[in-house]
Amino acid sequence: MMTPAAPEGHLVDAATIAAEAATGGQPMVKAEQVWKSFGKLDVLKGVDFTVMPQQTFVLLGPSGGGKSTLLRCINHLEKIDAGRLYVAGELMGYKERGKVLHEMKARDVAKQRASIGMVFQRFNLFPHKTAIENVMEAPVKVQHVGQKQAEAEAVEILGRVGLGEKLDTYPAQLSGGQQQRVAIARALAMKPKLMLFDEPTSALDPELVGEVLDVMKQLARDGMTMVVVTHEMGFAKEVADGVALMDGGVIVEAGPPMDVLVNPKEERTKLFLSKVLA
Amino acid sequence: MALLYSFITNPAIGGATVWEYLFKPLTLWALLRTIELTFVCMAVGAAGGVVLAVMRLSDNPVLSWVAWGYIWFFRGTPVYVQIILWANIGVLWTKFYAGLPFTGLVLGSTGSGALVGNLFVVAVLALGLNEAAYAAELVRAGIISVDAGQMEAASSLGMSPTLTMRRIVLPQAMRVIIPTMGNETISMLKTTSLLAVVSSGVELFGRLQSIYAQTFQIMPLLIVACIWYLVVTSILTFGQARLEAYFGKGFGEKETEAAEKRAAKRTVRANQARAGQGIASHENDRGQKP
Repeated sequence: MMTPAAPEGHLVDAATIAAEAATGGQPMVKAEQVWKSFGKLDVLKGVDFTVMPQQTFVLLGPSGGGKSTLLRCINHLEKIDAGRLYVAGELMGYKERGKVLHEMKARDVAKQRASIGMVFQRFNLFPHKTAIENVMEAPVKVQHVGQKQAEAEAVEILGRVGLGEKLDTYPAQLSGGQQQRVAIARALAMKPKLMLFDEPTSALDPELVGEVLDVMKQLARDGMTMVVVTHEMGFAKEVADGVALMDGGVIVEAGPPMDVLVNPKEERTKLFLSKVLA
Repeated sequence: MALLYSFITNPAIGGATVWEYLFKPLTLWALLRTIELTFVCMAVGAAGGVVLAVMRLSDNPVLSWVAWGYIWFFRGTPVYVQIILWANIGVLWTKFYAGLPFTGLVLGSTGSGALVGNLFVVAVLALGLNEAAYAAELVRAGIISVDAGQMEAASSLGMSPTLTMRRIVLPQAMRVIIPTMGNETISMLKTTSLLAVVSSGVELFGRLQSIYAQTFQIMPLLIVACIWYLVVTSILTFGQARLEAYFGKGFGEKETEAAEKRAAKRTVRANQARAGQGIASHENDRGQKP
């Protein structure tokens, strides 16, 4: 009944990775003093971080700490109020003239977003489209890839996330884990240079978490640049190149997973870990 | 029962007259005009409704307020009054010009009589523009019923707001809109009878009314009208159910069956392609689940 969860082969082709590596020393994501408030509530209070190409960067921390907001700022789903946020050297969502930032037109923001994949906690698959239609939609309508080519690529990519038998199934007939894998395939079909994951396993039944994490681990091993908001400590330890603990709108502590998760320096990090690992 | 019996056997019903007029070419012609009017007005109304709903939800305050004002006027005045108003619009302007305002540049003009003298145009203006105001609110309700996550997912895939609206939001909104639009269509069919106030030639009821005004066969002809309205309403109800099924795809139980059919087709195609390449295949890789 269940399809094999383990991804077969590479999730991203070598050429894409090579092209990414060629960007040289330029960071994939660079945040400088990013501020964001909702009304009077400051959610992000001057966040700095850098993610290099092919790295997996994991954001941890208690709920309300600002990590999801930060992630959503990266592809401009949320507007930032101050600071600078660059993706592949390009300012996200704004044009800088003099010292002033001007927000881009929706059309131009859309172009920037096309090369950044995003996976949501609640999957957000298009319920009126089958799995393969979900995956084909953006390549055909945004990148104007031919119908046949898009279909062939969608079949291929859905096969790799272990859903080769569910091509023509509507999201409502898929399990949560299967839906999330379709969502990952849908994002990968755009051949993104960066993938954002917003608590991708938090809405899943415990027994379905593994199949989604397996796909993400494979993706990380293939060299995809990833920023992941998650509570999965095991994932962070196993595949992250860098982790950051966010609380109260700031990054409390950041570094390699073995430092931050095993030998934390900050009291707040220790407190958080003791609660999560208890 | 007794009441029903006395109704059916009442000589004033005039069964023979009903039968005589039911299929008269004159009646059928008027019926066709009624159906035609219903669909043209609904098309104008639905298209206008989508535009107004999107304007109303727009971040642009000018667009939003223009839509609000339009809906305020057309919903706030009786459609009966609007019909008479459009029929008499020639009182205000004797000529309509197409051109650039305030420049004196005129591309073409027509006497207002030619425009509103055509009662079909009056009907479409009156009922179509009125319907747009109601449709706008229905479409708006449909749009806001779609989960916000859908818009986020679409924009994160690089889809522009227009593309997102057309491909993702509106098709899902249709699930909510179609049942109410079906009601609107049925309501429109009946509302066309109000046009009898400005013309006796443009639709079914006006036509029959003008006949009984001369022959005094009031009851038989009203029954003819009722029969035809009921017939068309019944057909529309059936059509509505079909449309609902179409836009409900992905939400119902029947979909599994449809998906399996498509999967089977895909396997056949894949096998044909493989056979075409001269590669023997003894296994089916998908769509062959028991």
